[in-house]
Amino acid sequence: MSKPEKLLDKKGLRLDGRKLDELRPIKMEVGVLSNADGSAYLEQGKNKVLAAVYGPKEVHPKHLALADRAILRCRYHMAPFSVEERKSPAPSRREIELSKVIREALEPAVFLEYYPRTAIDVFIEILQADGGTRCAGITTAALALADAGVPMRDLVVACAAGKIEGKLVLDLMDLEDKYGEADVPLAMMPGINAVTLLQMDGSLTLEEFQNAVKMAMEGCKQIYEEQKKALRARYIAIKEAINE
Amino acid sequence: MISSIVSKVKQKQIAQLVANRKRIDGRGLTDYREIKVEAGIIERAEGSARVLLGKTQVLVGVKIDIGEPFSDIPDQGVLTVNAELVPLASPTFEPGPPDENSIELARVVDRGIRESKAIGLEDLCITPGKKVFVVFIDVYVLNHDGNLIDASALAALAALLNTKMYNYELKDDEIIRKPGYKPLPIRNYPIAITFGKINNQLIVDPWLEEEQVMDARLTMTIDKEGNICSIQKGGSGYFTTQQILEAAKIAKERATELRKLVVET
Amino acid sequence: MPTFFESKELVTPGDLLAEGDYIAGENTYQEDKKIFAERIGLVEYDNRKVRVVALRAFYIPRIGDVVIGMITEVGFNGWEVDINAPYTAILRASDVLERGFRPQKNDLLSILDIGDLVIAKVTAYDRGSNPVIKISEPGLGKISRGQLIKVTPTKIPRIIGRKGSMISMIKRETNCRITLGQNGLIIISGKTREDEQLAIMALRKVEDESHTSGLTDRIAEMIRKEKEGRRKNVQT
Repeated sequence: MSKPEKLLDKKGLRLDGRKLDELRPIKMEVGVLSNADGSAYLEQGKNKVLAAVYGPKEVHPKHLALADRAILRCRYHMAPFSVEERKSPAPSRREIELSKVIREALEPAVFLEYYPRTAIDVFIEILQADGGTRCAGITTAALALADAGVPMRDLVVACAAGKIEGKLVLDLMDLEDKYGEADVPLAMMPGINAVTLLQMDGSLTLEEFQNAVKMAMEGCKQIYEEQKKALRARYIAIKEAINE
Repeated sequence: MISSIVSKVKQKQIAQLVANRKRIDGRGLTDYREIKVEAGIIERAEGSARVLLGKTQVLVGVKIDIGEPFSDIPDQGVLTVNAELVPLASPTFEPGPPDENSIELARVVDRGIRESKAIGLEDLCITPGKKVFVVFIDVYVLNHDGNLIDASALAALAALLNTKMYNYELKDDEIIRKPGYKPLPIRNYPIAITFGKINNQLIVDPWLEEEQVMDARLTMTIDKEGNICSIQKGGSGYFTTQQILEAAKIAKERATELRKLVVET
Repeated sequence: MPTFFESKELVTPGDLLAEGDYIAGENTYQEDKKIFAERIGLVEYDNRKVRVVALRAFYIPRIGDVVIGMITEVGFNGWEVDINAPYTAILRASDVLERGFRPQKNDLLSILDIGDLVIAKVTAYDRGSNPVIKISEPGLGKISRGQLIKVTPTKIPRIIGRKGSMISMIKRETNCRITLGQNGLIIISGKTREDEQLAIMALRKVEDESHTSGLTDRIAEMIRKEKEGRRKNVQT
């Protein structure tokens, strides 16, 4: 995709018609894969993300097991057809780093100490990417963990804020991320005000950074409500079917 | 960064000290260890520097080669950062391909340089779309005593400032070397400042034992204007919003001090 | 000292359930004076105690539980058994071979082979070591026939019902023998495959609708309707 002439129009609207502090349309579904212990699917704009959780289960190879807690393993992976130019299916350095920071964003939420000597595996597949896939991956993985019945302090939810053409914006899509001035992905447990992932690249003054963090957190809180709705929907649907 | 077991006694000691705003080596919570920078120690490299951050030792070599530009930015040179956690540096480093720790280290150093536009990559184009200079930054960790990110980022900046390029002229798209050297075009001076969270307190420049007990890590890279150009959270714990905003303020102050060690102003 | 939900209301991890002088029960945790949910489930306020009946959970062994397992490995001293838990269970040869156990003479494979199903009881388990099970007791042992299904382990009490009302009704109405493992595995064996299918259908419905009221009556009616439908099919 080539660089658009402008990222904001005269009215201050974005390429897809969104306002500065507006999220992309978001859709989530829990329990979509029968083999996994927990699973979820998410669409956020053009992003399409699938997450599956297996475990807690015995650790193989055995020497990786920890005597006092479970280990959380995480694989963030992009499908070869998820981006404009085919991506090699072998894990890139970017994917290895993102797998690590996503794992570290989820770990604070999980009561790993309950299940020593076991492993919990989280697999995130990006089926289609349009910017903000690490955040979308975290949001989806948290749903899959809850669906697997893994005890958690809170759901983890993620959203980015950033800067394009001098203005702070919420939930950047690919073109805004690529040609904008800054991107701040943030993950948190909203119930206990804990930031579990924070990255940034670009350039922001201290004040802009403060406001970007605030904006990302507001976005997180909106997505958090959607997460809860998606989890409840699975059980409430059954309840309603009976009442009819 | 590495997981090895620290005795419960030591864990408690470190946590209690931090609660009283003290540290095992006598530093204040936001103090750095002693830093030494030596530039130009590898003659075969176009640029090099060694940084001693307390007992942590990192060597960075810069090599310049000729290669192809990326297709989406055909008129700019290429920057590549790689980090090696060589086995001689720590009993916990193992030989083999880069693991997630060394990849993260390289990518955090890379982002600081790239996002602050520290290197004038547009000046490194030879023939647009065909030939550009490629800047290879190789981070070599020689002794791991904690906070590899800050030591590596500082060594990388010192090495870039020390890098010399040969003079050349173009004849029929061929490069003809000419006598003399000129410095690499350096436009910005990014400085990485890393925090640890222990006992719900922020500390700056965690050393190895602190790293082994800390809940989470936060690195902020600050450019010469005092803007933030890159952030990375690591570790299995979390930060509160207040801690993040406090860290940003401290990072800005500390970066100004550290920058003076490598840049003469 | 407020509570934030109605009893039996659906909650998700991180939901603040109560604040003040409360006790954190199962599937909840406490921080300062606040009690939060750890799992998806239905919150229950019982005097000072706050708990969540999980809708999604996995099986964690408890000593005394009767479980259904599958042999996954045969060693010199015994078997490894998958009991649908995060930990593999151990069945010692000495439990099965009553007299002095001599590995050279007894081929363990001939007693229990990989893939065999057993009904067993958990005799030992703690955080540090894998669960140990035994099959040397009446009612336990190798299972030779029937169909195996898996349900969420937390639903087993609902499948049993109050004083066993649900399970005995299903057994009676479908003419099947049904063995429940606390670990969420169930063996169903009936005279015909149709009977077994009917029982499985009923058990699945209980699992899906476990958090609704009037369930026993609805299940009984469903079974009767199915049976009637079948009779009509036979006649025509």
